Parts: sequence; structure tokens; C-alpha cells
Amino acid sequence: MLDLFFQQLINGLSLGALYALIAVGYTVVYGIVQLINFAHGEIFMVGAFGAFATWMLLGQPTDWGVSASLLILLPLMLLGGIVVSVTVALLTERFAYRPLRNAPRLAPLITAIGVSVFLQEFVRLFYGRIPGFPDAKSAIPFPSVAGISGEIVRIGSVTIQMPALFTIVALAISTLFLWFFVNRSKTGRAMVATSQDPDTARLMGINVDKVIVAAFAVGAGLAAIAGVAHGLNYGNIDFRMGFLAGLKAFTAAVLGGIGNINGAVVGGLVLGVVEAMATTFIPGQFGSSAWKDVWAFALLILVLVFRPQGLLGAKVVDRA
Amino acid sequence: MLEVKDMVVAYGRVNAVKGISFTVEEGQIVTLLGTNGAGKSTTLRAVSGLLKLVSGEIWFQGARLDGTPAHRVVELGIAQSPEGRRLFRQMTVEDNLKLGAYSRRDTAAIRSDMDRVYDLFPVLGSRRSEPAGLFSGGEQQMLAIGRAMMSRPKLLMLDEPSMGLSPIMTQTIMKTIRDLQADGVTILLVEQNAQAALSLADRGYVLEVGQIMFSDTGRNLLGDDRVKLTYLGAD
Repeated sequence: MLDLFFQQLINGLSLGALYALIAVGYTVVYGIVQLINFAHGEIFMVGAFGAFATWMLLGQPTDWGVSASLLILLPLMLLGGIVVSVTVALLTERFAYRPLRNAPRLAPLITAIGVSVFLQEFVRLFYGRIPGFPDAKSAIPFPSVAGISGEIVRIGSVTIQMPALFTIVALAISTLFLWFFVNRSKTGRAMVATSQDPDTARLMGINVDKVIVAAFAVGAGLAAIAGVAHGLNYGNIDFRMGFLAGLKAFTAAVLGGIGNINGAVVGGLVLGVVEAMATTFIPGQFGSSAWKDVWAFALLILVLVFRPQGLLGAKVVDRA
Repeated sequence: MLEVKDMVVAYGRVNAVKGISFTVEEGQIVTLLGTNGAGKSTTLRAVSGLLKLVSGEIWFQGARLDGTPAHRVVELGIAQSPEGRRLFRQMTVEDNLKLGAYSRRDTAAIRSDMDRVYDLFPVLGSRRSEPAGLFSGGEQQMLAIGRAMMSRPKLLMLDEPSMGLSPIMTQTIMKTIRDLQADGVTILLVEQNAQAALSLADRGYVLEVGQIMFSDTGRNLLGDDRVKLTYLGAD
């Protein structure tokens, strides 16, 4: 029983780490422009495809050894994914959201949904049209990385899949990086200032446009890492993968307190663990995996009713 | 140094400032007086680049200023301590001051300017790592002024620095403003406390519902019957 608990805890944490990596993007952008970027799930998706495309450009290697895979292939795939995600995110910011900066809030929200549909269909257009790009109707097999794919670590009777461990480690490193960025870098401080009071931030000499670009870029970078993690964990990717993952990550961001970076990380992990535990410890058909999304969103509703500012969200402080 | 010509600024369709003109000469303290809604803060926000002009011009040191984005205005040498202080309340005193110096690259000089602010306002120095929101109104006002000074402005605009402060604290703030002038900083001061502002000011402009009614030297305005009646509460 206890072993099962720890097993599910690990599974939940790895799932949650994936949500958390995506959730940070929702929360950072929301904190600064008060926009729920519903296309962020697609930024995660194009990150996975960016990594996949990088692998194709490398000649679709399948026989690299462990050290070559971990030291060259994986970093290059991560880099490729990040470049694609960040580029796409910045293009959407520049051409879709920025022109609507002073429009009523519904306009950018609907635009975000439009961008989401556009990106899905755009990626779908590549299917079967590029040499080497599989003509798959649904899922494309994600390249396996020696040393991670299919490997496991055993601690007692708890089995940890290496891709799951990769996700957790990636989140840990990303969170550390984020902490330094936000608290120690000038751009990070400018970002916090802008999220607290944009007009006063401008009076300090902060170029708010640049801060917004930085926010989109940071969120996209982490989403790309999540994209690679998703590919490694599930073994395949497809152009629709951003929808549910994005929705869950958004839930995680709200759960933790939207606008709060630590909240996004905590919210993601909590959501992942709750899902994993629900499918194991809730008896009968309600514990079946078909119900896990129900429990995830039920948790969201409970938090919204009893703690609408989220788990870590502070009460709104007046600015008198 | 600063010249505003026939400036019109609107919120939506309502003109908050209806064609005002005034000048601030280098080294002067100039004050804008007026009741709530006269357009004083709107004027400062327009000079800072936070609001767009409907018509008119702003010139700073011989160059056209209006249309310049707010962060560039700071780089050109105009800082503002906004109405209601608008500190970053969850951030420490030190972080607030650092943000005030955001437009600068000279780390060593920033450090020494920060020490100067701490010398000027010792209470800030001794509690520099506490969040700004924990300080009293007067202390927060000191921090707001200190933060605005951190960009090393040529022109410092202060929006109601004495608001909500005790008479003693108001005196401290006014003395600080005079010291800044002595250091060569030009000051545009918006105040409801006309007595305090006019005692400092080289020149004053009286605004009413978005227009300048009259202007004169600070000394003359202090003795002006219209000013006495409306702003000084004397008969």
C-alpha cells in the first residue's frame, strides 16, 4: 500500500512537473498583460515539433550511444524546441496581441483562441508534405533518446521511468533559473515591477514592450522543455496535444494563484499528484483513468469556491 | 528647460487639460496649483509620456518631447514621483531605489546615489531591506522622492508630495525640495498645500478645470487676494 502510494506520488509529480512547466507561461503573461493566452498550449506543441524537426535535420539518428545522446542529441533537441517555441510566441505577441493592447479585454482573449486554432492547423499542414515527416493522421513517433527513453530507476520497490525523472529534474532546474531571473536580473525585476504597477514601471524608465516580450519568451522556453518531456514520456506527439495539456496547465496556474510564478509550480505539482492519486485510491469506476480529468477539474472548482485567489495567491493589496 | 505650448489632453472624449502653456526655467522651482480635477496630475502624466496629447507641443532642452515613449522620457532626464506615491509595496526599499535607477548603467555611481538618499532620509537606510508597504505615509513619500532622484533627473516632477502628511513631515519634504534645487535639480511641483508650495516656488501657475487662470512669482502669488481666498483659506 505504502509502495503504491510512493509509486503514484512519483507518477503524479512527473505529470505535475509537465503541467508546471507549461503553467508558468500562463501565469507570467497573465501577471503582466492580464491576458489568458489560450494559445500557450500550442506553444508547448510547436516546441515538441521543433525538437522533432531538429532530430530530422540531424539525419534522424537512431543509433547514437548514451553519452552522445545525452550530451549532444538531447541538448540540441531542447534548443531546437526552445527556438521554435520562442519564435512562434514572439510572433504571436507582436502581430496578434500587441495591436490589441488597448482594446477591450474580450478582443485579445478571442484572438488567443484564434491563434490556438491557427497554430494547430498550421502544424497539421506539414503532415505528409515534407520528406521524412510522417504522413500520420494522429500521432507522430517521438525520437527516443538513449539513456532516457525506456530506461528505469528502481528505489526499493518504486519504479521510476527515466523520462518521468527527466521531467522532474527539468522542472527543478527551470524553477531555479526562474528564481534567479526574477529576483536577480534587471529584466526580472522590471517584470515584477510591471506586473505590480505598469504605469509606475514606465516612470522608472522600464520599456514595458520589452518586458512583455521577455515574459512571452520565458513562458515559451519552459513550454518547449515541457514539449520535449511530453515526447519522451509518451513516445509520440501530435498537433492536438496542446489542447488538453494547455487546459490542465491553465488549471494548475489558477490553482496556484494566477500571476504567481511559485503558485504555478505548486499548482502544477498538486494537480498532477491529485490526478495520480485519484486513479489509484478512489474505489470503483470513479477511480478509473477516465475519471481523472473529472477529479482535476473538481479540485479547480473547489479551490475557486473556497480560495478564489489560488493556493499561493495573495489577497489583492490596495495601492493607497 | 521645459516648455508646454497649448497642450490639450483628454481621457476618452473629455478634455482634462484644455490648452495650457507654461515654462520651467533651468534651476527653478515651479509649482502648479489648483483644486482636485484642475488637471495638474494629467499635465505631469502627459509630460512623462504616460498620456498622449490631443494637440499642442512639449519641448525639453530645445527638443520636441511629446510623442516620446515614457521610458525614453526618463532617459532624457525627467523623473516623476507620482500622486499617491505608487511605490512597489511588496519590494524592499533598496529594490524600489534600484528600480528608480533602472535607466542607468553606472553601477558604482548608483551605489553612491543610493547612499545619498539614505543620508538624506536615515529611516530608509536603517530599514532598507523591509518592504516599502510597511512604512508610514511620510516615510513612503521620502522613498518616492528618493526613488525619483535615483535616475539623476535634470527635471524632477513631484505630484502632491505633502499629501496626507503631518505639518512637520511636510516641512521636512519641503526642505528636501529646496536642497535638491540647491544641488541644481529643476523642480516642477504640484501641490494642494499652496502655502508650502508658494514659499518655495520661483513661479506658480494656478489651474482651474483644465486651464491656467493666472501665473506670477511665488512671492506675489502668496500675497494675491484670489489665491488667498481659494487656496490659503484666508479672508
